[in-house]
Amino acid sequence: MSGATQTMQANESNTSMMFKSTGRELVNFVAGLLILFVVWYLGIEWIASDPDKANFADFGPIPAFNAFPWLWEDGIIQDAVTASGYRLGVGLLIAIAIGVPIGIVMGTSKRFREYSNAPFQLMRMVSPMSWEPIAVLAFGLAGATVIFLVAIAAVWPIIFATAAGLAKVDPAWFKVARNLGASRWHMLTQIIIPAIAYDVLTGVRLALGVAWIVLVPAEFLGVSEGLGYAVQDAKESLSYDSLMAMILVIGTVGYLLDGLCVLALKRYSWHK
Amino acid sequence: MSIRGVHLDIENLIHRYTPKSPLTFDGVRIEAKPGESLVIIGRSGCGKSTLLHIIAGLLKASGGKLRLDNEEVKGPSSRWVMMFQAPHLFPWMTVERNVGVGLHFAGWSKDKLRDRVAEAISLVSLDDYAQNNVQDLSGGQQQRVALARSLVMEPEMLLLDEPFSALDAFTRAALQRDVRSISKELGFNLVMVTHDIDEAVLMADRALVMAGSPGKIMHDISVDLPDPRNREDPEVQKMRRYLMDTFEEAVALQKGNGGTQTKVGSLSRMNGISEPAG
Repeated sequence: MSGATQTMQANESNTSMMFKSTGRELVNFVAGLLILFVVWYLGIEWIASDPDKANFADFGPIPAFNAFPWLWEDGIIQDAVTASGYRLGVGLLIAIAIGVPIGIVMGTSKRFREYSNAPFQLMRMVSPMSWEPIAVLAFGLAGATVIFLVAIAAVWPIIFATAAGLAKVDPAWFKVARNLGASRWHMLTQIIIPAIAYDVLTGVRLALGVAWIVLVPAEFLGVSEGLGYAVQDAKESLSYDSLMAMILVIGTVGYLLDGLCVLALKRYSWHK
Repeated sequence: MSIRGVHLDIENLIHRYTPKSPLTFDGVRIEAKPGESLVIIGRSGCGKSTLLHIIAGLLKASGGKLRLDNEEVKGPSSRWVMMFQAPHLFPWMTVERNVGVGLHFAGWSKDKLRDRVAEAISLVSLDDYAQNNVQDLSGGQQQRVALARSLVMEPEMLLLDEPFSALDAFTRAALQRDVRSISKELGFNLVMVTHDIDEAVLMADRALVMAGSPGKIMHDISVDLPDPRNREDPEVQKMRRYLMDTFEEAVALQKGNGGTQTKVGSLSRMNGISEPAG
């Protein structure tokens, strides 16, 4: 058999395997969601079958899906996602801007690592929402408070992931780079940052998860737009169908953002 | 690529890691002409790798003088580049980017360094792999990339710290032959440390036997053999035996009385098989 024929057959086999794998992933994705919605539907039906709890029926998936068109037409979903997305983005950027340099110092300086370990571990274990009264005093009842809470929730995974990434860097890379004439700037931009990019992005992914969870309760108080505000507003107006619709939006946007992180991890990972 | 050699002059070099630690080596004296290949052989722990790191400017000596073309070595420089035991390539870069990284550090633009990088990659016969990630290459190919990364800097001296010890026998033999022929073709100095006597015979113009604790250069032996060298050649075999005997004698002398005598000789002088080199 010629090399070209073998290559062609190998390519066909790879393409076929790729389609099979993608097809299986799609089936799993749809089946998983269907199971979730069926469990949700049956659960609500069972609760609502009690006449005292008949109004629970609005929490079901069908009323939630029925609420989507008017929530979209009124611009409630778009406004909420935009406002929350802005706060999440700014909060995450602040966490990255503070967390990555601190993580680099922590990964390179043994003394800093030893001094910072106790206070950092202590502060990491404090629930981000515990800072809310202080944040309100400092920033008032405004979006800045939400951004502060997102940043303080997101900064710890980024610091620790960056430091852990640096600890894994092969010290010989620094020796080789120095041997080839690297300046401190080259060392940072050409060696350290690419070497730890995967770990930093893993930290950002964890931070995003924490920040997204903190964002919604942080928006319950003192702001007039955002996903948390929309949920709170729906609760207060007893509009349970739109409340569940907004919860679905929160889950979907969070899932998509995590998917973006996974793509970035694949793109910037050099580990084989 | 235009490379020339350098005059290496080491006088009474001493080293200790901390002021209180014992001497790693003591009173090392080495002189090498431009283009000469020196191979330092010795057992693990005799200080040969430390000596190489000092010559590269990656470590500081505790005393003595180290000059290249009458210029004191104060730190790393693109004029003298070191290749390590493992290739230590940057795994997030392609072969091309790894080879060009030193020129990038030196401020070369992408356009300017492209031709020189291609030339260096060609020199180590990896033209077809230029765009591959280095993790896709075999150990031998990775060490070739490390060699190209050193050669692209057009060094006057290439320092090799047991760079082939982790490779299989076939790849090691090919790289030993290629590195020696490239160094002779381009005219740069080689200073290599190894504990492999065969490697010393195949690659050296002069073999320096280092032994003892603290380490000392015990013998300086001219390896005056024609190129290309074949390990099955009787002359090569004879030189190998001579080097082995000299090495064992040096180790025994050190163990016996802590002797420090430096003996300069060559196989030709000892056995009369060929004229001594220069």
